[in-house]
Amino acid sequence: MEILLAIMVGTLYAAGIYMILRRSLVKLIIGIILLGNGANLLIFLLGRIAKGQPPIIPEASKTFLEAYSDPLPQALILTAIVISFGLQSFAIILVKRAHKVVKTDDLDEMNATDEYS
Amino acid sequence: MTEQLLLYPLLLQMFLAIVLMFSWSRISWQKGISIIGSFLNLGVAVWLFSHVWENGTQTIQAGNWAPPFGITFVADSLSATLVLLTSIAGVAVSSFSSASVIPSRLKFGYFPIFHFLLLGLNGAFLTGDIFNLYVWFEIIIITSFVLLTIGGEKAQLEGAMKYFTLNILASVIFLTAIAVLYGLTGSLNMADLAGKVAAVENRTLIQVNALLFLIGFGIKSAVFPLYFWLPASYHTPPSAVSSIFGGLLTKVGVYALLRVFTLIFELDTFLQNVLLTIAVLTLFSGAIGALVQNNIRKMFSYLVICHIGYMIAGLGMMTEVAIAGAIFYLIHDILVKTNLFMVTGVIYKLKATNSMKKLGGLYADQPLLSLLFAIPLFSLVGIPPLSGFWPKLSLIGAGFETGNYVLIGAILFASFLTLFVVVRFWAEVFWKNGEKVEKIRNFPYFNKLRNYKKFQIIGPIVFLSIITLYVGFGAENIQALATRISYELMNSEGYIDAVFSNARIMEK
Repeated sequence: MEILLAIMVGTLYAAGIYMILRRSLVKLIIGIILLGNGANLLIFLLGRIAKGQPPIIPEASKTFLEAYSDPLPQALILTAIVISFGLQSFAIILVKRAHKVVKTDDLDEMNATDEYS
Repeated sequence: MTEQLLLYPLLLQMFLAIVLMFSWSRISWQKGISIIGSFLNLGVAVWLFSHVWENGTQTIQAGNWAPPFGITFVADSLSATLVLLTSIAGVAVSSFSSASVIPSRLKFGYFPIFHFLLLGLNGAFLTGDIFNLYVWFEIIIITSFVLLTIGGEKAQLEGAMKYFTLNILASVIFLTAIAVLYGLTGSLNMADLAGKVAAVENRTLIQVNALLFLIGFGIKSAVFPLYFWLPASYHTPPSAVSSIFGGLLTKVGVYALLRVFTLIFELDTFLQNVLLTIAVLTLFSGAIGALVQNNIRKMFSYLVICHIGYMIAGLGMMTEVAIAGAIFYLIHDILVKTNLFMVTGVIYKLKATNSMKKLGGLYADQPLLSLLFAIPLFSLVGIPPLSGFWPKLSLIGAGFETGNYVLIGAILFASFLTLFVVVRFWAEVFWKNGEKVEKIRNFPYFNKLRNYKKFQIIGPIVFLSIITLYVGFGAENIQALATRISYELMNSEGYIDAVFSNARIMEK
């Protein structure tokens, strides 16, 4: 399970970076989404996966006796998902506006701000 | 009353932003609320600063969860100083933008977003939890996207695309670094991490993780070779927005670097060399970039990059004197860069152009204003006794102590090029005989504005110039502050104790 997730995280990162390096605006957005998902899965993976072990301390003892599934990574991922959702929806609107105003979806042609003026 | 003092800057900004949202369509109300609220926030920040100065590091645990389980807010001298500087810049920019940004832009929620940005900045400076720092960073970048694109001009959208992509990439890298750190240590509290990171056996992973943090914060603080989003975007929005960006946004990255590399990770020789190399290259590339620009706002954008190099140099040398120099430079830079972008805004209002070739004859037109503008310009260069001189003295002194002669060369070279750029700016814009520029109809020229609006534009520049002069002439006070901050950063036990002792009191 862990190894599968690790490969998947790696693939998502690689695909995300590849997509960001493409010249099309839409692929840029897809790249950002893939990268965000990769990061979320990475948090999930690094929080250690323990199946069917609730993070509840038995009444008799004061500390955990066995491996337990950590609830914190899920809270972190939830936060990160909400944030990336907001950013992505903003990004899509921004790309739509940029495409309308600049009239191109080729990033190589979006260089007016870098030119000497 | 004072137990929760360090939450007041956050609560006040959030309250202001929400109140401003309720008066969405009433711009004149928004202006008034924003300016009054910014002054209130300045008062709170001064209160927080003096409280921290007298009583040492203050902490608060969210929801009374004992550390390291809950989210901790910590105000040590560095945080309190930066909150104070944020609120000073906030007052200035709030007043400046209420008169200089055109109403059709203000209509789309400029002020609420502006206060959310200040909320994010205050939060980033005050938090003691690394994931919480990520959340504040996200608040900062999403508000800055909106401020950058308000108005929707072609250049703004193009600049925003670059700014947006690279900043999101930086956030993802930062999040990855947090994930790895959590996997290695099982903690997110920065004070707790300090001990746990030192105890991790797999040093290679810690090294890689430190580099991930360095890249993430490096993109945010615009160091070489990660700065390309900055000159592509900072000159596109209204100058009020540029001034808050140029003054504060890159400095959050520097703050995060200072915090992470003094508290959590220990700098070894390799990381120190990386930081010093970055510093030298940032100083060179920023200065040379500024040299060839014709657009005045683009020129100052490159100078923002150049001067980040000084702070990275201070961090890289990692002695008490060097860090004190970096902190002093940080204080000086926030005030001066905010001011300079406002100066470019006034120049644009006077002449309706940003091109250095077309500008000219400003000294003949506006001698008093020109003299006012000379204060931030020559503070930037660091002509003694103005404020830019003192931190460079500490940095060069520290360079001799640690034997980093190349770095000293780079610092002197960058200072010299800054001098050259500023002198050229002065000669071209103020002394040269200007071309006859065609008057643009319906352009809100500065001379046509009503008197109270002129005051709202010039007032902040005077305000920041006076503080800059104080930083220069009262340098011994600022140096004492910088030395104290540097001492606290270098001896992080104080910070860690402050976070955990609070918990011990709570248990009793």
